[in-house]
Amino acid sequence: MPKRNDIESVLVIGSGPIVIGQACEFDYSGTQACRVLREEGIRVILVNSNPATIMTDPEFADATYVEPITPEFVEKVIATERPDALLPTLGGQTALNAAIALHDNGVLDKYGVELIGASVEAIEKGENREIFKEIVEGLPAEWGAEVAQSAICHSMEECLDAVGELGYPVVVRPSFTMGGSGSGLAYDEADLHRIAGNGLALSPTTEVLLEESILGWKEYELEVMRDKADNVVIVCSIENVDPVGVHTGDSITVAPAMTLTDVEYQRLRDISIGVIREVGVDTGGCNIQFAVDPENGRIVVIEMNPRVSRSSALASKATGFPIAKIAAKVAIGYTLDEIPNDITAETPASFEPTLDYVVVKVPRFAFEKFPAADATLTTHMKSVGEAMAIGRNFTEALQKALRSLERSGAEFDWTKEWVDLDKETLLAEIAVPHDARLKKVMDAIRAGATPDDVFEATGIDPWFVDQLMLINEVAQELIEAEELSPGLLRRAKRHGFSDSQLGRIRAMSADVVRGVRHALGVRPVYKTVDTCAAEFAAQTPYHYSSYDEETEVEPRERPAVLILGSGPNRIGQGIEFDYSCVHAALALSEAGYETVMVNCNPETVSTDYDTSDRLYFEPLTLEDVLEVVHAEQQAGPVAGVIVQLGGQTPLGLAAGLEAAEVPIVGTPPSAIDLAEERGAFGRVLEEAGLPAPKHGTATTFEGAKRVADEIGYPVLVRPSYVLGGRGMEIVYDEDALKSYIRTATEISPERPVLVDRFLDDAVEIDVDALYDGTELFLGGIMEHIEEAGVHSGDSACVLPPITLGQLEIDKIRASTEAIADGVGVRGLINIQFALSSDTLFVLEANPRASRTVPFVSKATATPLAKAAARLMLGESIAELRAAGVLPEGTDGGALPIEAPIAVKEAVMPFNRFRTYEGTYVDTVLGPEMRSTGEVMGIDAYYGAAYAKSQAGAQNGLPTSGKVFVSVANRDKRHMIFPVKRLADLGFEILATTGTAEVLRRNGVQATVLRKLHEGDTDGSARSTVVDKIHARDVQLIINTPHGITSGGSPRVDGYEIRTAAVAEGIPCITTVQGLAAAVQGIETQIAESIGVRSLQSWATSIGEGRSSLSSGGRVAARDERRIETTSVVGSVE
Amino acid sequence: MTGSIPAVIVLEDGRVFHGESYGAQGTTIAEIVFNTGMTGYQETLTDPSYRGQIVVMTAPHIGNTGANAEDFESRRVWVEGYVVRDPARRSSNWRADRTLDELLRDEGVVGISGVDTRALTRHLRERGSMRAAISSETLDTDALVKQVNEAPQMTGSNFLADVTTSEAYVVPAVGEKRYTVAALDLGIKGMTPRRMAERGIEVHVLPATSTIDDVLAVDPDGVFVSNGPGDPATADGPVEVVRGVLERKIPFFGICLGNQILGRALGRGTYKLAYGHRGINQPVQDRTTGKVEVTAHNHGFAVDAPLDTDFETPFGPAHVTHVGLNDDVVEGLALREQPGFSVQYHPEAAAGPHDAAYLFDRFVETMSRSTTTPEGTV
Repeated sequence: MPKRNDIESVLVIGSGPIVIGQACEFDYSGTQACRVLREEGIRVILVNSNPATIMTDPEFADATYVEPITPEFVEKVIATERPDALLPTLGGQTALNAAIALHDNGVLDKYGVELIGASVEAIEKGENREIFKEIVEGLPAEWGAEVAQSAICHSMEECLDAVGELGYPVVVRPSFTMGGSGSGLAYDEADLHRIAGNGLALSPTTEVLLEESILGWKEYELEVMRDKADNVVIVCSIENVDPVGVHTGDSITVAPAMTLTDVEYQRLRDISIGVIREVGVDTGGCNIQFAVDPENGRIVVIEMNPRVSRSSALASKATGFPIAKIAAKVAIGYTLDEIPNDITAETPASFEPTLDYVVVKVPRFAFEKFPAADATLTTHMKSVGEAMAIGRNFTEALQKALRSLERSGAEFDWTKEWVDLDKETLLAEIAVPHDARLKKVMDAIRAGATPDDVFEATGIDPWFVDQLMLINEVAQELIEAEELSPGLLRRAKRHGFSDSQLGRIRAMSADVVRGVRHALGVRPVYKTVDTCAAEFAAQTPYHYSSYDEETEVEPRERPAVLILGSGPNRIGQGIEFDYSCVHAALALSEAGYETVMVNCNPETVSTDYDTSDRLYFEPLTLEDVLEVVHAEQQAGPVAGVIVQLGGQTPLGLAAGLEAAEVPIVGTPPSAIDLAEERGAFGRVLEEAGLPAPKHGTATTFEGAKRVADEIGYPVLVRPSYVLGGRGMEIVYDEDALKSYIRTATEISPERPVLVDRFLDDAVEIDVDALYDGTELFLGGIMEHIEEAGVHSGDSACVLPPITLGQLEIDKIRASTEAIADGVGVRGLINIQFALSSDTLFVLEANPRASRTVPFVSKATATPLAKAAARLMLGESIAELRAAGVLPEGTDGGALPIEAPIAVKEAVMPFNRFRTYEGTYVDTVLGPEMRSTGEVMGIDAYYGAAYAKSQAGAQNGLPTSGKVFVSVANRDKRHMIFPVKRLADLGFEILATTGTAEVLRRNGVQATVLRKLHEGDTDGSARSTVVDKIHARDVQLIINTPHGITSGGSPRVDGYEIRTAAVAEGIPCITTVQGLAAAVQGIETQIAESIGVRSLQSWATSIGEGRSSLSSGGRVAARDERRIETTSVVGSVE
Repeated sequence: MTGSIPAVIVLEDGRVFHGESYGAQGTTIAEIVFNTGMTGYQETLTDPSYRGQIVVMTAPHIGNTGANAEDFESRRVWVEGYVVRDPARRSSNWRADRTLDELLRDEGVVGISGVDTRALTRHLRERGSMRAAISSETLDTDALVKQVNEAPQMTGSNFLADVTTSEAYVVPAVGEKRYTVAALDLGIKGMTPRRMAERGIEVHVLPATSTIDDVLAVDPDGVFVSNGPGDPATADGPVEVVRGVLERKIPFFGICLGNQILGRALGRGTYKLAYGHRGINQPVQDRTTGKVEVTAHNHGFAVDAPLDTDFETPFGPAHVTHVGLNDDVVEGLALREQPGFSVQYHPEAAAGPHDAAYLFDRFVETMSRSTTTPEGTV
């Protein structure tokens, strides 16, 4: 049964911005789908609002719409493109929900679009818990499939009734939400009110499921694939180390399942197949979660997802079976036996992968970004990323995975004192799941806990606990040994100990351990992920290291370039960096190099075995990278290693690699240091005559105080060497400074605190540029919409800059070139400027790919990352222009008028984090980055682009209704005009007393609402704004924070308002600049119907615009500008 | 950790791997094969078809769920030697009654752990199955290689007398009895009669040396020939029995060695595969329906028959019904004009997926069509 001939075009829906629970795994799956469909000659139309994705690169689809994934916008795309079919199963819950909405509102029927991959009926059967329960209970009795006892509730009253039968604790699961959003475990009635109340609100069908607690049971997940001929295979089994009660996304998971007999495993397999058949997922993948009672093997089916999921990405990387790719092929009519297994090339995909290694995934959390948030792990996912590791056994894989997290303290550590904690205390602590529980389990083992003790306390299977005990025993041997014998060293390495762990235990540096190890010939070998446990020869060099006997790295002829990826996603370092790495691989492969990717993030496109010529799924530590380099140098010539595309992670390895004489291509490590070391960078700026805000460094409070006194408050303080503004804060007085220094943990002479003058009311500007040593290519200039002080990753920005004049742009160009030259950049550089009182200050420069590279590339139709990769390998900008990679005679700093306006908006995870009291964490933006993802709005004008960015981000802007305004005194002046405009547009204005008074004097009538802390004095029973928000009687909230931060505590005023807005999903604007942009967006929405346009179409316009520019004229203009800038620079400060 | 005792495994071509003793201590010499199943080690160990073989497990962690009283596929462990990478130190399963290490020691199975099982597997894949020795008694590898090369080859081996039942016995039907089947035990796995019994079949399990008269003596509605170890070319007795069955047009079903014996009874030859099929993830296509099933395999020999055309036999035309999609090996045979079929793989699936369980239903259907006096309604 070959491919269907009746499908000529397919609409693929992506998953939108990266949020907790829905991350770049859907870029991986969507990219695979687009590739497959295009290979099959199908016209691919893509909708995804996330510009940081590979899939939205114009070359991956025929028509790429970076537009909001809302029924309205997707309908516009359908009306324009008229696809034959819609594939909704590869874009997470977002895509599935959009497809259901388009079905429900009749759009699919109206345009004759067929849903492929999963039918509406199947989606509903899988997601409607009552129907799903019937399906499970209808399976053959001998399989023993049950569902937890449960009740569907549509109101709080129903919940209270149901719990009378089910008893506490009870699990609350809202229907149709993603990543377990809104679910939780209620131990009592207060919990129930809070969790179920929220769940009812979050569920699009106002429906929650209450179910009996199966807390502490073993948890498993099976990945299933089915084709139209009803061939079904299980791709992978995954076992959670953390038992039921912790969301799978937050759990440490292992593949394959470790603690099932064949009898039990086959029952899970039978049930999975039974469920996929009954639900009717005809063509594609799904995953099914199980709980198994460790006492008697009773099986409860927890849930199924009738689509590709986060676990599918993990399973694909864990097995080498590309689930999304195969799902796309079966969706267009192939049967599994017609699809070859890529890895073996000779055997078909209609088989079940078998593993001769162990895969461990560990989550990465970001609680340090949300100090007020409750770090207890629940059924509500809180992790922001994950790392995966492969080893020949569990201990090796686990320890590799822990070091892959790249977080100090993530590895087990035997040097710290723990003796003051006794076993009982530790057992009590590990009974509550939290982000660092496994380390605590190890401590408990060191304190004498047995596997059964730990199992009693945590439900973690005794087999896993025994493996931890094995690790501990090896550590004890290492502690007690007279010397590091080859046998002991080898034994430690076989159980995953890193050189740095060994060094800590033996009181020597990791470098010395490495030296000893190499001298003794103890080095890893590289095995292959081959889907078949070596039964057939693998054609795909997808490797992992292990301390075993035989290596499988093949010799090669062509020079290799190693590209170091960015590791687990975290706030501040996510998919954007993967984008650049993938582009480098594609570009260098085209340029004739053998590309070798090193990364440990299973969600990404970079870790697809299809992306590079060779893939090493390895931790990004110096030890692991040096070993890969060594292995590749044994295999053939190595041209160099690329460290500047994967964010701070590989950049941090540059010095160590250079010290080990590994060739680094592009910007040399000395230049990277130059940019990061404040003093040296200050001299670069001085030489170029560029001003930076006054600053200094300090390692003590006294030192910091001296600097701050000299500069004057407010100051911006932060640790050096950070990404994503980790630990950055605006400090307004000495007390706050003292408190900051006290709480900042990692301060040392090598890691001082930076103290900068904080530029109030400045416009922040971000620049991405390429430099080849002689010529600068300005990739793009982004103007931040929020003021300086909001982290650039959290700030919305617009490209091209909408309020900067030519003079300022020229100044930016000249400054960028001076810095790129002064630092010694070969490749990409990102510079942040602040424009304050007509002075252009340099805030910081990063000689690497930035978070904004994909956004700029898409907004300007220029492949910056590809160009950067080729520059690093020695080509010049002129050569790249000639090769057609970069446009001739112009760059991203001088866009033609045909170019679109692109707005990037950050997406915040506030609705994921609750405080210990159960309220949401505060939403105010600050210098610490907290967004998880971004969207792009692209249109001809700013208003429409901004409106799209808001619709794509989370809560679209309203066109009518009530606006609540409450702003800080310093913002009152700036607020008047936009609020007046909103009133003119027909909005009803609500305000607190002070704000209302200012508005009234300016001719804007505002209804006064009672403040929260104001008593109901006049007896009018006026409701507070929080009441109104919860009643959803407000459509837009404008609330700028009053007061100041101090030592990590939030600016409390307005906190209840903002968190209520988060809870109800009402747009909440917290800066006056954001307000101005919103008003433009609202005006556009009211005035016109906003259209959609593909990136390919914009690229054509940009190209036409560019070719009409005269190249000769531009060169002359550039020279003029350079002279002009020099004089400008000379005049400031 | 129990104090580790060094052990060694040597192959007939001289390749040596060092490791630690696992299970019983001693020396064992046999053909070495690899199994790629990630679950079901207890069923594998107790599968009589592994008589005469050292088994390498490609899955690194073995023994995690210990051993229990229920998952034995026969009365004892049959493998001649066991090679694993990371044996479990403790077992974890509510059904477990001892560790795997204990089971192996109780049964005197010499094993080795800590070896690069993937390197060993790749070696066997490239060079084919061969003889090997595991020893924790001597680490003199040269002497062991010499001993290995003096040991008998698998080709030409016959282990039926070791594995078959000495006395006939009956597995009663579950519920109402509908049919009687005579099952020739060439090393039958416990799950096979159970799968038949579940379908209302009373199974008379007969020793491998049984004659056609012994078979006819139970007045069977159908005859079954089981899996078993060794070279099918040596199993002349069972081939004669099957010819007798087919001459009488009694419905026939065979599994594994039973498939090879049907092949031989139909006049086809058998041959040794380079390294065989041993695992529970093998795709097999049922050519009559086009459907693919994921199946459990354990065979080192295969039937030589044309894939795309019928072939003539003394019992009328026959054809290949099932094919292994990985390498186009014959995985099933059937006669066109009389009730007789067999598969090379394991529909009883212990260990392994249950996708092929329908074959037992097919056997029941054949019997229902040819039985003149069915004892139950169909």
